[in-house]
Amino acid sequence: MPFSPKLPTNSSQRPLGLSKQHKIILGDVELVPDLSGALYVPDYETLIIADLHLEQGSSLARRGIHVPPYDTAITLKLLEGVVSAAHPKRLIFLGDSFHDSEGENRLDEADLYTLRNITKNFETLWIVGNHDPQPPQSLGGQGTETVVLGSLSLRHEPTSHLSGTLEIAGHLHPGCGLNQRGRRLYGKCFVGDGQRLIMPAFGAYTGGLAITSNAFSGLFSKSETHAWMIGQNAIHRFPFSRIQRRD
Amino acid sequence: MSSLPPVFESWFAARRWQPRPHQLQMLAHGLAGESALLISPTGGGKTLAGFLPTLVQLAEPHETSGIHTLYISPLKALAVDIARNLEAPIAEMKLPITVETRTGDTPHSRRQRQRIIPPDILITTPEQVSLLIADPTAAHLLRSLKSVIIDELHSVVSNKRGVLLSLALTRLKTHAPEARFTGLSATVADSDALKQWLSPSTKLVFGNAGAPPKIRILESATRVPWSGHRAVYAIPEIYAEIKKAKMSLIFVNTRSQAEMVFQELWTANEDNLPIALHHGSLDVAQRRKVEAAMAENKIKAVVCTSTLDLGIDWGDVDFVVHVGAPKGSSRLLQRIGRANHRLDESSNAMLVPSNRFEVLECEAARHAASEGAQDSEYPTVMKLDVLAQHILGCACAGPFHADQLYTEITSAFTYRKLTRALFDQALDYVATGGYALKAYERYAKLKRDASGKYRLAHPLLAQRYKMNMGTIIAAEMLKLRIAGVRTRLGKRVLTGGRVLGELEEYFLSQLRIGDTFLFSGEVLRFEGLDEFGALATRAPGRDPMVPSYNGGKFPLSTYLAERVRGILADKSKQQFLPPQVREWLNTQSWASVLPRADQMLVETFPRADKHYLVCYPFEGRLAQQSLGMLLTRRLERWGAKPMGFIASEYALVIWTLGDMSAMIASGKLSLAQLFDEDMLGDDLDAWLAESNLMKRTFRNCAIIAGLIERNYPGKQKTARQVTVNTDLIYDALRTHQPDHILLRAAWDDAADGLIDIHRLGAMLKRIKNQIVHKALERVSPLAVPVLLEIGRESIYGEAHDALLAEAADELIAEATRLV
Repeated sequence: MPFSPKLPTNSSQRPLGLSKQHKIILGDVELVPDLSGALYVPDYETLIIADLHLEQGSSLARRGIHVPPYDTAITLKLLEGVVSAAHPKRLIFLGDSFHDSEGENRLDEADLYTLRNITKNFETLWIVGNHDPQPPQSLGGQGTETVVLGSLSLRHEPTSHLSGTLEIAGHLHPGCGLNQRGRRLYGKCFVGDGQRLIMPAFGAYTGGLAITSNAFSGLFSKSETHAWMIGQNAIHRFPFSRIQRRD
Repeated sequence: MSSLPPVFESWFAARRWQPRPHQLQMLAHGLAGESALLISPTGGGKTLAGFLPTLVQLAEPHETSGIHTLYISPLKALAVDIARNLEAPIAEMKLPITVETRTGDTPHSRRQRQRIIPPDILITTPEQVSLLIADPTAAHLLRSLKSVIIDELHSVVSNKRGVLLSLALTRLKTHAPEARFTGLSATVADSDALKQWLSPSTKLVFGNAGAPPKIRILESATRVPWSGHRAVYAIPEIYAEIKKAKMSLIFVNTRSQAEMVFQELWTANEDNLPIALHHGSLDVAQRRKVEAAMAENKIKAVVCTSTLDLGIDWGDVDFVVHVGAPKGSSRLLQRIGRANHRLDESSNAMLVPSNRFEVLECEAARHAASEGAQDSEYPTVMKLDVLAQHILGCACAGPFHADQLYTEITSAFTYRKLTRALFDQALDYVATGGYALKAYERYAKLKRDASGKYRLAHPLLAQRYKMNMGTIIAAEMLKLRIAGVRTRLGKRVLTGGRVLGELEEYFLSQLRIGDTFLFSGEVLRFEGLDEFGALATRAPGRDPMVPSYNGGKFPLSTYLAERVRGILADKSKQQFLPPQVREWLNTQSWASVLPRADQMLVETFPRADKHYLVCYPFEGRLAQQSLGMLLTRRLERWGAKPMGFIASEYALVIWTLGDMSAMIASGKLSLAQLFDEDMLGDDLDAWLAESNLMKRTFRNCAIIAGLIERNYPGKQKTARQVTVNTDLIYDALRTHQPDHILLRAAWDDAADGLIDIHRLGAMLKRIKNQIVHKALERVSPLAVPVLLEIGRESIYGEAHDALLAEAADELIAEATRLV
């Protein structure tokens, strides 16, 4: 069998479309998770996207770790898809939109055009994150630390104590695994307890940190916690007790 | 033939030894500066034969100006033993020769000293040789190198370690053009390839073949099980045999089998015989203890895995038991050779099949081994990820010309077919990642200077290379410790105690707190994990939850498979089989059919509410698993509604909702089309796009090729994080640059590794127009073993969502059940 490189016939991109299967309820607000990892808030016609980590490839390459440079293009294509499917009034990026503070300057022409086009057509808010403490300078949209959407507070890093408020955050890249028929299934997920929701990272090279790891401890009331795991064609909801520890 | 110098003559005489003919022949080649390959069954003074020319040459007082002889052993633990064994003759003959070892464990200070004051003889490992040549001082250190000895060459050439070593040898040849190369090997199928691997002009020397081994198959009074791998039925008989022998080695194929057999033997151990356990997951100190006890003949039997396949001989082993299928004739001969190292006496061995198909395999192996037939693998060649690692290593030693490096690399047997275009692609990959976009040129690892030479862009890269080089990518292991449990304020508090060994992280991830399992011969209760690894308490008297058998690492060899098909086809070859197995085959011949050796039998039959298709390719689990993946895709397309499949080493079963017997009868389904070679086209492509096996293979290539680093100065990147990243990188490359060199490297590995497409392709060719179909009313005798495997594990595609949905459904069922 010789090696015969071929471009895949059907694109390996995750299919788009908002999940009809599961709604996530946070306080009194209904949220719709998407297979891409984005979250739609129908009440406010707002689409939220966490942790794009654009230019992660070139960021690693600067240290001599030559991962392929295609991540930004892949991430933006997915973003374009979910934006055109949801057609929101408003777009909110939940921080860490770039992998490092110079990422914006490394964007190539095509990617730059795509991003500017999106911010031109949709009201865009860039919440800053630890990887990108400054909002982008030349891409349009508006920078901010937090956004308040009715009863919802949106920020990059989850706060340590919630006092009766509802929060949507990113930063932690939640993922989870479970064993079924002797096989280990692992994927990115949304994780929440009705008070707080942490969104999965959207970027093409971002992974998932197990929600059983210490980084998540103290953030949720255990008995109420659920994970919405992103499969290939559907989102699957599991109680925290079904998720097995792996680390 | 050279005669020995007087001092050696009298040394031999004093020990009442006679130099063996092959030792003298090796001496003659060595003194003439010729490269030589010594092929000899284990024992027979092979190590001494390798060293003899060096010892004679250095017997006169001399000034050490650099390493004279480099001795390379694949086993780190062996280096120290070899050095000790060598020091005895040197001391006894008062030879002015210095010997030192250098392994991963050698302290930095001693390595520094070895650089300044080199020993005459350096005993080391393949990785250390690669590190040596990646150092700027290599040329100086190796300038007076005269001899390179590679031990266990048959084992070295069979994997990527050997490929990397072969490249390091081309460097040694450049630094020391006069050096001769000596290989020490067990008997192999293709000695010519092994010769070429060492050096084109290598002379071949054969040791005494010794007496042929005496091999028998356990004729159990009890019934041989239909399926499974536990061989529990045979424990009393094994126990009785080891009681009679002086010291026995009991080989098994996997760690979990070793644990199980060890446990069962101790249950039967009324006489309290000293029976020990030896496998790769046990703590090193514990393994050394067992070896020492063997050397002192304090042990009666050792249950072991491939960890005792190689290495020096510990104690007077006079009996070898092989539990489970031997998988290959060469492997079996090698293991049997561990017993009785006096060449003129036969080794004694007993094979214990753990199920009925294994009886056939054992019979085939017994015949092949008695004839001395070899089926060892051809040396591994041309690994692109290893090539990339070597190119970076060369850059660490100093600037190089691409033309010169290409010439040097293609002088290796392993890369003789490397085209310049592919070499340039590898070089480009090392320099900038080799992407279609030129975006990474400013971050290049290698830069061209004014003279056109490639040089390292930053000295830190050399440090990182040294931390990450090597070709062994182990599954991530976690330390397992005994836990102390106390109750404080009503809460259980665990404290970590003594380290028992290491376990695959994958295995641990399957355990829930309270699960029991066998490890190191004890039943342990899993207590959880802490930041240092896994914790467990002893749970004597509890039943272990026996870990699922994952099959051995080694698939049934093509050669043995052919012989097994031969036994099935030929009644006269069945006369050596135990009566119950003969009866089983007899029943098959009237209930269905026993296929001819060149045919493949396909049976279809209904059972309960499903329909089954069983075929018997005898091509090993990996190739048959790939076949299962591809056939279910096709059956789905043709409307048979496949529900799942299981592959064993011998057979494949697929179950469907559609009635395949009826579909075949009506012409809706054609077996010739179903098994057509064209499945290796688009169907294979579509499967590979989502295959986890490909991603795992890609990850290993990415690590070896240095795309992802395991270690980074100042911080540890865990293997888990690497896995996540490489999966995503794999997806990105497949979509955007399907001809990238690392995808090619991964494909090459998978094709004869985890998905074994080469073997599948050869099989599909073999059975073209040779399919015998039987539509049956019920399951056939031959199909029973593989059907019994159903339920232990069943796979349908790699469908993530299907399994997740199932997991969710189970919860719903549980929740809605009436109390």
